[in-house]
Amino acid sequence: MNLFTPLSWSDTGFILTGILNTVFISVVAIIVGTLLGVVIGFVRAESSKSVNIILGAFLDILRSVPLIIQLILFSTFIGAVGYPLDPFVAGSIILSLYTMAFMGEVFRSGFNSVPTSMIKASRSLGMSYWQTVRYVRIPIGMRAVFTSWLGVALSVIKDSALVSVIGYMELLRTAEQLISRTQQPVMILIGVGLFYFMISYPLSLYGKHVERKMAI
Amino acid sequence: MIEIKGVHKSFGDLEVLKGIDLEVNRGEVVSIIGASGSGKSTLLYCINAIESINSGQIIVDGVDVHNKKTDINKLRQNLGMVFQQWNSFPHLTVLENAALAPQVVKGFSKEKAEAIATKELNHVGLGDKLHEYPTRMSGGQQQRLAIARALAMEPPYMLFDEVTSALDPELVGEVLDTLRLLRDDGMTMICVTHEIAFAKEVSDKVAFFHEGLIEEIGTPEQVLDNPQRERTQQFLSKVL
Repeated sequence: MNLFTPLSWSDTGFILTGILNTVFISVVAIIVGTLLGVVIGFVRAESSKSVNIILGAFLDILRSVPLIIQLILFSTFIGAVGYPLDPFVAGSIILSLYTMAFMGEVFRSGFNSVPTSMIKASRSLGMSYWQTVRYVRIPIGMRAVFTSWLGVALSVIKDSALVSVIGYMELLRTAEQLISRTQQPVMILIGVGLFYFMISYPLSLYGKHVERKMAI
Repeated sequence: MIEIKGVHKSFGDLEVLKGIDLEVNRGEVVSIIGASGSGKSTLLYCINAIESINSGQIIVDGVDVHNKKTDINKLRQNLGMVFQQWNSFPHLTVLENAALAPQVVKGFSKEKAEAIATKELNHVGLGDKLHEYPTRMSGGQQQRLAIARALAMEPPYMLFDEVTSALDPELVGEVLDTLRLLRDDGMTMICVTHEIAFAKEVSDKVAFFHEGLIEEIGTPEQVLDNPQRERTQQFLSKVL
């Protein structure tokens, strides 16, 4: 077996599509998950204990059941009830909800980090409840949890590889197909691993830079 | 004019205000002194409707503060408040801190809001810090920012809740100087304070609170130099 047989140049387009699909589904899940997470985090920070218990249980399920199981169950279920979805759509829905469950906790602690006295000071200036949320609680709370947010976002990029199990042609699934054709698993998987590293590492460096800038 | 009539306020079983009557006219400086837990700060919070009241009435320029129909956000624009903790907004510069409320509450343009904010910041001596972030400043500077931030709403009344209590001793002076400046401008102020000498110097009226009631009220000379009530005498002998 020759490990060093190069891939053919004609595979470039195929690989690029895989890369773009990974980036695409990750970006969708991070954006949707963040937006929903802000709402969930805010509701949790503001709600009574009973609402929190119900919402908390739902989020616990999303966070505790392995993503791969959620993906398979969801895609099988919607297929079985007669509404099969495109793997990208099904994957985006589950990955976004999964992201939301983690982001919700991140943003809850962000909202809780804004001291009550600061909220009172804002209200005493004549700002309404929602103006205080918009101009004080969200910007201060978001800054406080930026590092945690980035941590979740980076793990979503890596977790997106699991969407391959329901047939979405992201990078890992692209790699699997190339492996079965070329029989070069080591080199291809190293390449895929390097790609994830090349996305994640600069982002985490950038995150540290932003964090330092915000720690005014 | 601020009229406080028979105000009662309880936290659970604990009655903190037991029937407070007080009038503050335009241009007057009223200082409230008394031991911790006597209800001084709670009264300020009730004037601003940050706390509700159980009974009685608080009327600001004819508007009943605790009437459900009162637009509280509008009313608060007339009642600037500064707290023990300065609560600067850490994500905004000094200028943005002071310009935020005029912009979002009054709907002023950014330029207009910043012009007013700059004027007030100059007034409290922070004109050279406009573009700094407050977390880089001392407590005294941040407290002066809090004063400027409240003044930028151009309220006719200012409420001060122990604004020097959380400051290092060497920073108290600069904040008191700022309050003197406002007194000289003719600002109507209610100051809850532990600074007896300051209260004596700036006040038109001094009210001594004891266990949720006004034990004694009058000019600084009456209350601080010749207190008639035994409890006032005891309190003053402890703090002076």
